[in-house]
Amino acid sequence: MSVFEINDLNIRFDTPEGEVEAVSNVSLSLRKGECLGIVGESGSGKSQTFLAAMGLLAANGSVEGEVVFDDTNLLKADEAVLNGIRGNRIAMIFQDPMTSLTPHMHIGRQLSEVLVQHRQMDWSIAREQAAEMMRRVYIPEPEQRMDMYPHELSGGLRQRVMIAMALLCQPEVVIADEPTTALDVTVQAQILELLRLVKDNNDSAVVMITHDLGVIAGLADRVAVMYGGRIVEEGDVREVFYDPCHPYTKGLLTCMPRLDESGIEALRTISGQPPNLQNPPSGCAFHPRCSFSSERCRIERPSLEVLAKGRRKACHLEMLELKQ
Amino acid sequence: MPSYIIRRVMIAVPTLWVIVTAVFFLMRLAPGGPFDFEAALPPEIEANLRAAYNLDKSIWWQYLDYINNLLHGDFGPSFKYKDFTVTELIAQGFPVSLQNGLTALLLAIAFGIPLGTIAALRQNSATDYSVMTFAMTGIVIPNFVIAPILVLIFGIWLKDTLVALPVASWNDGAIPNRILPAVCLALPFVAYIARITRASMIEVLRSNFILTARAKGLPYRLVVTRHALKTALIPVATFLGPATAFLLTGSMVIETIFQLPGIGRYFVQGALNRDYTLVMGVTVLSASLVIVMNLVVDVVYGLLDPKVRYE
Amino acid sequence: MSEVHIPTPNSQALDYSAEVRGRSLWQDALHRLIRNKAALISLLLLALTAAVSIFGAYIVPYSYAEIDWELIGVPTPASIENGHWLGTDSLGQDLLARALQGGRVSLSVGLLATSVALVIGVTVGAVAGFVGGRMDQILMRFVDVMYSVPLMFFVIILVVIFGRNFILMFLAIGCVEWLTMSRIVRGQTLTLRNKEFIEAARAAGGSTVSIIMRHIVPNVLGVVAVYVTLTIPQVILLESFLSFLGLGIQPPMTSWGALINEGAQEMEITPRMLIVPAAFLTTTLFCFNFIGDGLRDALDPKDR
Repeated sequence: MSVFEINDLNIRFDTPEGEVEAVSNVSLSLRKGECLGIVGESGSGKSQTFLAAMGLLAANGSVEGEVVFDDTNLLKADEAVLNGIRGNRIAMIFQDPMTSLTPHMHIGRQLSEVLVQHRQMDWSIAREQAAEMMRRVYIPEPEQRMDMYPHELSGGLRQRVMIAMALLCQPEVVIADEPTTALDVTVQAQILELLRLVKDNNDSAVVMITHDLGVIAGLADRVAVMYGGRIVEEGDVREVFYDPCHPYTKGLLTCMPRLDESGIEALRTISGQPPNLQNPPSGCAFHPRCSFSSERCRIERPSLEVLAKGRRKACHLEMLELKQ
Repeated sequence: MPSYIIRRVMIAVPTLWVIVTAVFFLMRLAPGGPFDFEAALPPEIEANLRAAYNLDKSIWWQYLDYINNLLHGDFGPSFKYKDFTVTELIAQGFPVSLQNGLTALLLAIAFGIPLGTIAALRQNSATDYSVMTFAMTGIVIPNFVIAPILVLIFGIWLKDTLVALPVASWNDGAIPNRILPAVCLALPFVAYIARITRASMIEVLRSNFILTARAKGLPYRLVVTRHALKTALIPVATFLGPATAFLLTGSMVIETIFQLPGIGRYFVQGALNRDYTLVMGVTVLSASLVIVMNLVVDVVYGLLDPKVRYE
Repeated sequence: MSEVHIPTPNSQALDYSAEVRGRSLWQDALHRLIRNKAALISLLLLALTAAVSIFGAYIVPYSYAEIDWELIGVPTPASIENGHWLGTDSLGQDLLARALQGGRVSLSVGLLATSVALVIGVTVGAVAGFVGGRMDQILMRFVDVMYSVPLMFFVIILVVIFGRNFILMFLAIGCVEWLTMSRIVRGQTLTLRNKEFIEAARAAGGSTVSIIMRHIVPNVLGVVAVYVTLTIPQVILLESFLSFLGLGIQPPMTSWGALINEGAQEMEITPRMLIVPAAFLTTTLFCFNFIGDGLRDALDPKDR
């Protein structure tokens, strides 16, 4: 039963150099309690999709399509309704904890205000609950930390604060946009562990946006791969990882360095550059970099077809051809 | 915080000393003395006068004497207004300049910050363009052009209407007399503050932490006032330091045009009359004010931006 | 298929390319400047004002100090017949001629003082930035101290001491305006010194002189150009301010500031005497402002 649905989303940006279509025909659905991973490189449109869904798109962006949550189309809802949902029923966690917390406000206040806003609590009660949540995300000595400023905490702790902030109102959906990218590896592991607990303990659906396949493998139930503003592959995490249908997915998987491989002299790459969305390639956006591409790929853009329940791909190739 | 303040003070004191010394020696370098444009004096009388003002002693003696007097708050006698010491003149004039300056400062903040914020929130709209046009006008047109024009309008053309305002006197600070001078003085600052606030606010509103605040479901006005404003006002605070010093030391132009008996006007008179001690006294006072104001700005900075305190 | 680099997610082309193409940056900037209508109109207007100020003297029937004895005593209104196209002041002097003379004075003070400021500022800034170390510390400390000083007072003091000599006045103003210029140049020099492209150029075998000419100069020049267009009006303003207070230009010589002062005194009867020089001054200041903004946008479009 889907809790959150994005239907045929298109996002355009009006830039000084012209109009850019950043996201095209994206449709996704999220089920209760599941973790959906969104994989893609910078510029693939993965973050913009969800920012637009929440009504947080930049001023020069315009969005078409439908985003359904609780029988409401969020794209047509007015600001008051959206404010009631944001931070309350759908929460977001952002990438860079250094800059994502208000520098001149105490941590405690930044946490409490969520409860004050959505639950009309007293500040003192909100503060207690905030401290409790800080404990639950393993922030040591929450009482002292409440009165500190963000710059007094380490990156890992700040990200925990962000997570705490997202969980305070027990949201039905948590959207995590590259939550570990700006952190060092050891801290990454801790945060991911925390997110796993979030997923397992609450009934929230989680969207994990990342470029790191390792994160997906550890956390997601299903994954959607985005390239050039479109979804190119989607399915159950295990299926996609063991049996990718799209050369890009295959490329990503191949590129990951593995400890159990020996004797590689050079790191593997996907040759070429991500597509310039102001002047996208003809046909399939990936074809210039694809070692399987054919004339057809250059001319005709493959549409997203359903292979099986919950499994989609956008590629002209048949799956067998890919297994080389 | 305290160590931060002390460090700032330690830089300020030598700066002040350098200024005082520079002023003193510059004044002494000036060709011609204070008595030169009186009718030629018989040499004995001139000698007596010079002795009376200690001008016959060595320059180093005069310097040390001056510093000593300064530390006691004595700026020396006015060379022109024979019955008054500079200290007395300053004591008379400073409150006037202060009153005018403070009023202007309050007006500038009260109008500048909201205007700038509104322009930022409605970026590229008609409101934004009109505010920015007004700001540009206020900045580019000098106050010795604006002031006479406002006097022309409110003091002369509209003389017999309700909006008439007195234009050429202080009248001990009566309210109607204070309006035009304060407004003229404030106008360019309203413009500067609006511009700075707008630019800063636009920048801050693009920050990640504002995105977080919005994603928390806070209504936009809370996002602006609680999360954006404090950080956005930091450049304004920096600007206000020297700006306040300027406002408090008496605008020479405004006081001249509106005939306000403040230290700005005394300074101009002193310059025109080669009244060295008066000129020096006002300069030293202004320099001190600038330094004090910069210190205040630093402290305010520390309050607005917690990271700075721990440097 | 195995190149050495890893396709990192943030694969945006690094921004060195902007600096290394020393020449095409200028063409780019020129292009943008021309498209900026306000800046273009201002440039034309400014050129017009300058031309009129200089050559107008040959067209206007009267000179700026010439007293028309028949009209002395009271300012007279504009008239075509007696040749006083904008009327006279209370000394019988032609207002238009005086306004144009004011233009010559103000513009020349602007250019001359700014040149002084430019020379001192660029020298100090470049030395501080390039040499670095103690020299940099000393110079910048000096600039900092000078910044805390209310410079208006010092200019006036200098003017009082050395008299209202035209040359000395613009020297005094120049000496006061160089501070910002030096900071800008120093900042720019420091940034450039450390940029990787300098190392790249050196690694590629460029000599120090060619590095300076092809990389450093174009970049510093841009920033300096913007500040020159901002300094000239400040200088003109300073001179006008001094003249307004009676501390600058002395009669019969005149500048816009002095004319505004005279105009302010007569404005009850003859507002024209205030409005004419005020209009000239204001227009000129606006023009410089738009040009400066235009230059800044043209050279660094991100900075809008």
